[in-house]
Amino acid sequence: MYKYDSYDQQMVDTRVEEFRDQVERRIAGKLTEDQFKPLRLMNGLYLQLHAYMLRVAIPYGTLNGKQMRMLAHIARKYDRDYAHFTTRQNIQYNWIKLAETPDLLADLASVEMHAIQTSGNCIRNISSDQYAGAAADEVTDPRPYAELLRQWSSFHPEFSFLPRKFKFAVIASDEDRAAMRLHDIGIQIVRNGDGEIGARFYAGGGMGRTPMIAPLIRDFVPIGELVSYAEAILRVYNRYGRRDNKYKARIKILVHEMGAEEFIKEVEAEFTHLQGQNIDAPAAELERIIAHFEDPAFETGLSDEIDRSDPDFAIWLDQNVHAHKRPGYAIATISLKPVGGIPGDASSAQMDLMADLTEQYSFDECRVTHSQNIVLPHVRKADLYSLWQKLDEAGLASPNLDLISDIIACPGLDYCSLANARSIPVAQKIAKRFADIDRQKELGELKLKISGCINACGHHHAGHIGILGVDRKGTENYQLLLGGSGAEDVSLAKITGPGFTEDGIVDAIETVTDVYVAAREDGERFVDTYRRLGMDPFKEALYG
Amino acid sequence: MDNILRFRDDGASEEPAVTLDSFFDQSNATAVRLEDGEDARQLIPYLDRLAMIEIGFSAFGDGRGYSAARILREHGYTGELRAQGDVLVDQLAFMRRCGFDSFAPEKPINAADAKKALARWEEVYQNAADGRKPIWSKRHE
Ligand code: HEM
Ligand code: SF4
Repeated sequence: MYKYDSYDQQMVDTRVEEFRDQVERRIAGKLTEDQFKPLRLMNGLYLQLHAYMLRVAIPYGTLNGKQMRMLAHIARKYDRDYAHFTTRQNIQYNWIKLAETPDLLADLASVEMHAIQTSGNCIRNISSDQYAGAAADEVTDPRPYAELLRQWSSFHPEFSFLPRKFKFAVIASDEDRAAMRLHDIGIQIVRNGDGEIGARFYAGGGMGRTPMIAPLIRDFVPIGELVSYAEAILRVYNRYGRRDNKYKARIKILVHEMGAEEFIKEVEAEFTHLQGQNIDAPAAELERIIAHFEDPAFETGLSDEIDRSDPDFAIWLDQNVHAHKRPGYAIATISLKPVGGIPGDASSAQMDLMADLTEQYSFDECRVTHSQNIVLPHVRKADLYSLWQKLDEAGLASPNLDLISDIIACPGLDYCSLANARSIPVAQKIAKRFADIDRQKELGELKLKISGCINACGHHHAGHIGILGVDRKGTENYQLLLGGSGAEDVSLAKITGPGFTEDGIVDAIETVTDVYVAAREDGERFVDTYRRLGMDPFKEALYG
Repeated sequence: MDNILRFRDDGASEEPAVTLDSFFDQSNATAVRLEDGEDARQLIPYLDRLAMIEIGFSAFGDGRGYSAARILREHGYTGELRAQGDVLVDQLAFMRRCGFDSFAPEKPINAADAKKALARWEEVYQNAADGRKPIWSKRHE
């Protein structure tokens, strides 16, 4: 994985000093909250219902053991012994004291981590495929390109006051595990007919209150011009994106209002101009970065045999383990979705354990996924059983990857000042209702996603089943949506009809899954049956 | 004019800046002011006769002026480029990188604070309008 050189280290260290200075000025009353707000937001510090919330960047979701252990340390020292992994492969702490944040950031910097641009109207942390470098279906590892973009976008002088926040995702396979087309810019690294690497650009996707799927903007940008093409898009957006209404300020609205064709014309003109401006690093720089992502020292001649005699292990193996590109290895997902737990939360002790397992079993690398789980990307098949035993002891072996209880949920009204309704208790009730693992497996792949308000942090638009918390005459109410997807079959979910109470929504989910089970044809997932039949039979069952 | 921070050796332009509309009517003006939303590209044909371009920031969060500045520099403008309005100390370094070389903040900025803010970042990750060598270039020298 990427390792900082003295330049990268100096950049994060400088940021820590700068923020220390800003916090001191704030505490001394030299900065008003209004003046301080945009500065703290550039450092991922939000003021929430009960306390400051700090979001720490995990670039393209990749961590080593030492970094994971630091995340545990921070939870223990500065927070209440736990933290929350987010849908953008970051981590959030909920109970942070302002005066302690400079020390916290200095601790992070000591392991090459930071909270730079994790909030604010700037280019945010860049997300990627959690199976990068391990999946059999990728053209190449997408992360070096994400790293190149990370450096370019850090402290970008022109794009630090955009109309609105700006999110990139970079993938390099046809299977989309990063909801790429639901980002402001989605990039798929591809190979053209001549075998050259390049970038396919999508722009103008997003969730929030007006969800949109990003249209294709350019099929192939030569890899040496990746950054200048991104710069061209950002400049068009910075100049023309709406600033009169923050709900219409995302790039998706600009692309939509301008029309993709006109938008592309503007971008191409800007790109032509920028090609003469020496924006892109030389090939040697990309090669330098790529060298950091070379394969670890995989052993050869390993067996693919796995002893399945322990039935509980076999269930986990079938559900949470994915094929690796190398014989004898596998990709294992640690579920942060135990029944009754809080989706994406991990305790300090669990993070410490995951750090140990990362070092012991996975060449010192782990990943955060956009569905709020942790991946060990390079585990020897022969080690899977002992890995599972250790996870099981720590309550980290829920065999529910991609099943109905593998729920994505935002913090909701329990923490978030923008929320209309609680998300966490609803997720917990649903997971309890469907706790029986045989029943979950019987329902098959089912992506359930919950947001506590229209901002859609919980990706409800992209759920096979989505739940949206709304405020109805002062009481919490939940709308049900069906048919979304954030994968390569990307689609936006549709609302079924009138909303439900907290218990009503759990019943409603059971109703729609019953319709599916009764109507499905061979091999159909929930979302396939929905797409074949449409909304009517589900509506009929829900509202009669 | 006490509030002006200037990073140029030449004498300041004496002429008051005119609006973009009057600039087009008044072909001998050498100083012009752009508002946030106005298109800097319209000035490209006139850059060599301009001594001062002022870009207004109605709110510090409105970042259009950063693009306007870079566009003007990228098209060869070498005269004074001034940021006026809601310009705060924590924005100065970004503005310098985009090509601004003078500042007329609405609320005065303490000169020592400005100096400190501008000296803080020794290295930069991108090529921009200030001629500083990005880290990627230094790495391969
Ligand atoms: C608790 C503090 C949080 C606040 C105040 C907050 C606020 C917001 C707001 C206002 C938006 C809508 C932006 C827009 O549409 O322009 C948004 C979108 C989003 N947030 Fe959050 N959020 C919070 C926590 C989270 C968490 C914990 C996650 C991950 C689990 C998250 C992930 C996202 C994602 C993925 C989007 C959708 C991006 C898009 O619209 O394309 N947020 N958030
Ligand atoms: S979706 Fe709404 S409630 Fe949930 S975290 Fe985002 S802003 Fe808060």
